[in-house]
Amino acid sequence: MSQQSIALNRFGLGGRPDDMLPDAPGKWLLMQFEKFETKPAVIAALPGRRQLAGELAAYLAETKQLRAEMAPRRKGIVNTATAPMMEDGQASMIAGRPVAPDVEKADGNPKDAVQQARQFARQQGRGHYVDAVGARSVVALTGPAPFVERLVHFWANHFAVSADKLTVIGLAGLFEFEAIRPHVLGKFGEMLAAVERHPAMLLYLDQAQSIGPNSQIGSRVANRPNRKLGLNENLAREILELHTLGVRTGYSQADVTEFARAMTGWTVAGLTSGAVARGAGSKGEPGDFIFAERIHEPGARTIMGKSYAQAGERQAQAVLSDLAVHPATAAHIATKLARHFAGDVPPPALVERLKAAFLSSSGDLPTVYRALIASPEAWVEQSAKFKTPWDWSISAMRALGTKTVQPQAVTGLLSQLGQPIWRPGSPAGYDDIAGSWAGSDAVMRRVEAAERFAARSGGAIDARALAPKLFPAAVSQATIQALARAESPGQALALLLVAPEFMRR
Amino acid sequence: MIDRRSLIGTGAMSALALLAPRMAWAKAETDKRFVFIIQRGAADGLGTVAPVADPAFAGARGVLAADFDGAVRLDAMFALHPSLATIGGFYARDQALFAHAIASPYRDRSHFDGQNVLETGGAGAYRVKDGWMNRMLGVIPSGEAKAIAVAATVPMALRGSREVASYAPSALPDASDDLLQRVTMLYEGDSQLHSLWSEAMSTRKLTSDLAGDNGRNAAATGTLAAKLLAAPDGARIAMIETGGWDTHAQQRGRLGAQLKGLDAMIGALQAGLGPLWADTMVLVATEFGRTVAINGTGGTDHGTASSAMLMGGGVKGGRVIADWPGLEASALYEGRDLKPTMQLDAFIGGAVASHFGVDPKRTMMTLFPNTPDTPVVQGLLRA
Repeated sequence: MSQQSIALNRFGLGGRPDDMLPDAPGKWLLMQFEKFETKPAVIAALPGRRQLAGELAAYLAETKQLRAEMAPRRKGIVNTATAPMMEDGQASMIAGRPVAPDVEKADGNPKDAVQQARQFARQQGRGHYVDAVGARSVVALTGPAPFVERLVHFWANHFAVSADKLTVIGLAGLFEFEAIRPHVLGKFGEMLAAVERHPAMLLYLDQAQSIGPNSQIGSRVANRPNRKLGLNENLAREILELHTLGVRTGYSQADVTEFARAMTGWTVAGLTSGAVARGAGSKGEPGDFIFAERIHEPGARTIMGKSYAQAGERQAQAVLSDLAVHPATAAHIATKLARHFAGDVPPPALVERLKAAFLSSSGDLPTVYRALIASPEAWVEQSAKFKTPWDWSISAMRALGTKTVQPQAVTGLLSQLGQPIWRPGSPAGYDDIAGSWAGSDAVMRRVEAAERFAARSGGAIDARALAPKLFPAAVSQATIQALARAESPGQALALLLVAPEFMRR
Repeated sequence: MIDRRSLIGTGAMSALALLAPRMAWAKAETDKRFVFIIQRGAADGLGTVAPVADPAFAGARGVLAADFDGAVRLDAMFALHPSLATIGGFYARDQALFAHAIASPYRDRSHFDGQNVLETGGAGAYRVKDGWMNRMLGVIPSGEAKAIAVAATVPMALRGSREVASYAPSALPDASDDLLQRVTMLYEGDSQLHSLWSEAMSTRKLTSDLAGDNGRNAAATGTLAAKLLAAPDGARIAMIETGGWDTHAQQRGRLGAQLKGLDAMIGALQAGLGPLWADTMVLVATEFGRTVAINGTGGTDHGTASSAMLMGGGVKGGRVIADWPGLEASALYEGRDLKPTMQLDAFIGGAVASHFGVDPKRTMMTLFPNTPDTPVVQGLLRA
């Protein structure tokens, strides 16, 4: 495979028919650091955090009210005061929600009203999710820095949130746009700090609801029977295991718990409930990261042998700052990056080089990327990776010259191909090895999708001429022959989209 | 993973508007209906309407000739492939005719270029920029000749200055069998993909495009086309694209299945049109034919002349029109192909002109601007 083809496909997101081929592939990649747009117009046009979090806050307030109204009924008391109040429309606090029919119908059964509110909030979140998928796709198709876009996708998957929870559905795209994109060319520690403070992460991994047992609120709650509020270790554990050091890298359960204690107080304004919400008070706009002193576990913490005596928010941040430049973190990140670009079994020499670059620069990501570009292991001619469904879909659309998408269609396609966007179902994100993606059924689906892609573009594209543009000096004889013998231009295009060159990068 | 079948018919994929069967039509102010069924991939005319009485036929065709043992004889020379039972019935009722040793002006063997010539009506590939069916809207009694279409994309034959909208049926098919077979070949040298693909294919019985679901899919396309053509203000001109005719290997089973699907499609079209069949003309044609000799893998390779079909209530059927060149080696085009002795352009021009009652010369100038002086084939319709 030629260096040009490697730059376009392994480092980038695939060629486009109107692309100028890079003369100096390595330089072309480096130049993209200058061209990358943190907030392209299509992303800037999406509704921001204020709107998304505001909608969720309204939903939480509404269900809270409805539940309060349900409580007397459970005891067999008919609350005659409830109905007129609801008919006033006060229950419908969610913007844009039709008031009268739903609420009147729900009048007979407040439980239905809660369900309806929930369903509405889910649909609303889903709408934002789909719009964000569309924006991500358009940027991947048209952005001036495909290598950096690939890195954005890499990091968003490394710091995975999964749009499984109602509160996360609408925020998942925002997470990538707000916490990943601005830091993809910065320091790892800065990205880490942004990620762990983002409402999507705080809500997804339950940090927003975590209460220090000896905090002001915690000690009060603990005295009540049947209350299961308190410390939640989820985010602290995943930070150590997935985001920084890596699993089994010298921390103990005690370190996890201590870190979780240090993290208490890190929460989200307006999107929590119960004791946490009381502890957070009225600080911040809904969706903002806040530090709630009243739920923070007081005292110094000892994590992996080091004492952290800082007060308040700075305590957990100090832990994060140490984790961000820890040698185990460097090794973890180096391994994942090497695997992403140079093969399922990452070459040890490359891992070592990336790790050294990471450590010597205190986690300066462009320094690490430059080391990657300069490493011969990333430029081996043999295809290094089997494309994920996302990689394949985006490269197919790029090959067709697609510049706009129907967001709903992309969402559906990626679900059908087995990799729904921002929905890996696990904080570990999607796997990055062929074993996860190179299934017989998966290949058949790509063939089916390819035929439909090809049908849509009709006979307007000559795959024979397109192939060398996408894979300069790298189209196999078998593929050339298959394209030449195809029975129609559309069939040739479908064949190109599933050719071995196209299935890997 | 979700079952592969669940991919079909989901809203998600249909939102991509990636659809088949591929069909497109245009509206015209006439009671006459015209349907062009293109056989993409170079259908084997010798395997469709076989010159069984030609002394060289059985020898050249080997196992492929066996299909015609006991097949219905059309006349002293030709027999019809047994898969074409419905079409054979039209022939018996004098509503179907076949033209043989027929070819477009194209004389090379590239599918792409051959289809371009067939669809544009040019004398060579890419010389004409729009399709003859689109230009046809300008000569038939059409008033505004507003165009409608039924397809994911408008095929070349229907592209041009006259607007052709499109309609897409909702059911999504599997990938076409011809594509699946080509993917098999494409992956042969790639051990990872070869093994994945073999596994995928082993779960799926190979059938051909038109024969999918034992011809029921093709019949559904015919029914759909009939519905679209039958409406009083509906389309008058339709094009149906069929693929899977490029039979380089194991032609016997594949061609039989293809023809069975074609037969079912046209049968369903006729049934759906009911009395309107009297005003309907169906043309079936392909970009070029296949080699006379069978190759080493039970198939045939790209050739030159093929056969074409014309059906409908007004067609003067019950005959095979051919200036038969013969299959002996010295008679073949470039020593391997059935020699063209009839121009497909003239056949199409004659069919269109007489069906719509348009001056043949004007028809030829419009449909085939590079060969406007070619006289049309006359007498294709009953007087």
